[in-house]
Amino acid sequence: MDIVVCVRQVPEVTDAELEINKDGTEILKEDLVMDINEWDNYAVEEAVRIKEAHGGKVTVVTLGDEDSENALRISLAMGADEAILINEEGFELSDAAGIAQGIYRAVRDLSFDLLLTGAQCSDDGWAQVGVILAEFLGLPYASLVVGVEINEGTMIVRRELESNTEEKLEIPMPAVLTIQTGINNPRYVSIMGIQKVRKIEIRETDSEELGLSEEEIGLKGSSVASQKLSLPPVGEGAEILEGSLDEICEKTAQIVRDKGVI
Amino acid sequence: MDEIMVLAEHRGGELRDITFEMLTMANRLGKENDMVVTTLFLGHEAFDLSERLKGACDTILLMEDSELANYNADQYLMAMETVIKTRNPTLTLIGHTAMGMDLAPSMAARLSLPLASDCVEINLTERRLDVLRQIYGGKINAWLTMKPSDQYLITVRTGSFDAEVEQGKSADVQTVPAPSWTNIKGRQFLGYLEAALEDVDISAADILVSIGRGIGKPENIPLAQEFADSIGATLSCSRPVADEEWLPKSRQVGTSGKTVRPKIYIAFGISGAYQHQAGMKNADTIIAVNTDPRAPIFTIAHYGIVEDMFQVLSLLTEKFAKK
Repeated sequence: MDIVVCVRQVPEVTDAELEINKDGTEILKEDLVMDINEWDNYAVEEAVRIKEAHGGKVTVVTLGDEDSENALRISLAMGADEAILINEEGFELSDAAGIAQGIYRAVRDLSFDLLLTGAQCSDDGWAQVGVILAEFLGLPYASLVVGVEINEGTMIVRRELESNTEEKLEIPMPAVLTIQTGINNPRYVSIMGIQKVRKIEIRETDSEELGLSEEEIGLKGSSVASQKLSLPPVGEGAEILEGSLDEICEKTAQIVRDKGVI
Repeated sequence: MDEIMVLAEHRGGELRDITFEMLTMANRLGKENDMVVTTLFLGHEAFDLSERLKGACDTILLMEDSELANYNADQYLMAMETVIKTRNPTLTLIGHTAMGMDLAPSMAARLSLPLASDCVEINLTERRLDVLRQIYGGKINAWLTMKPSDQYLITVRTGSFDAEVEQGKSADVQTVPAPSWTNIKGRQFLGYLEAALEDVDISAADILVSIGRGIGKPENIPLAQEFADSIGATLSCSRPVADEEWLPKSRQVGTSGKTVRPKIYIAFGISGAYQHQAGMKNADTIIAVNTDPRAPIFTIAHYGIVEDMFQVLSLLTEKFAKK
């Protein structure tokens, strides 16, 4: 079972207060911690588990600038065997189809039974790349996967639907799956763990080597002409309770009691 | 006349709300741009061609085949490809749902069409398409202007438009033959799996104390449980807590979990991604505690507390335990 996993480095925004640049085209990323995309973390874990159970090797691929190496090192520390970095800042303003095209060129000549991506990225949230890749590769696929059971040449997968419902599918291999969070419990990676894999060589490539022209990537190759970002208005909706912590909690307690359900 | 096409979404013989939400949007755009609105129905002997649907679009296209009984990417792709290539709709709207997320990207790639996914607002003027998306977990709004194209695909976020679609039209129903299934990659639908037996039914609770990523580690859950006990509430959670298996999936509120409507919903350390909001926004009273004043949860909460959730938890537990 040879598995390719596509990962991406994204800014960690859960606890961050985001700011937007002057032109309103991008968020300011300088002060943000960069990490492997949460969905991709589950995808790497799933790949490593399948490898542990069935043998084979795991290759991780990412597309981004030099700093994206971090996402690859994390994956290697989790148990991936090889890594490919498409080192190309030109993809910065690519749409999902552009990113998928870049990855497609890098993986199309690899031999694999399974290609995994995260179901979406926490930044743009297009939720498109994995499924587009499947179409480019001409392979069967399933998105939002929360369970994989490998059989001989085929697998049973569970897809997450709405309202606590899942669907069960059978898919022949090779295939592409996009992985939903919660499918497994990703192993923890320590700094020491990353240190241990620092000598594994990362194969680098770029758009030129992949035969992609400037017209095909970045803004020029994108279906989006421009974007204007803004912060959603604060306090639209909630009445923010003010005062000391004790006063706030007293008010809260009163609101709860006034509902008369206790 | 130019056309806006809406792909109907149905499961188990019933239309899903997103179909009507998209029709609300499509009819607005149709009116503004003098375009007709068509609903495309792919299925097998389970057509819910209710009056509600007929009154909300100009044409219903019906493709019936046993292979279309349940959604399957292989067949849906071929069916959509056939219809889009014949009719060339200016806009094709698909739900940003488990079905649409699975279908739309590969369709866009196959037909080389631009795809704007997960849109919450759509403007079309003089063939210029602008869409509003929420990115970075709902912390940023992004208006995108798409490059000019004769055709676009758009996936629409659930809950973005009114499901109570305006009536007044009278659609004619046309049958479209199914293509021969030649480009099939071997994906097979085996069946639906309903949720496993659960310990507690959170949708039956009057008060929910709900915890999110902010709880930090499983060792902290007793703090939330203790507060819940002090006011007779049931403990529920957002996705990250269930993903980590700190609470069972049956406790998860949201699109892929449960929809709840308690009298009081108190959210601790939940940022409020739209998938979560969709599951709890109709609660009578929503109180949210989060250290980030820009957390999306505050846009739908009635009361907001911008403080450390653990301090609030312990003080509130104290106040109620005393009584």
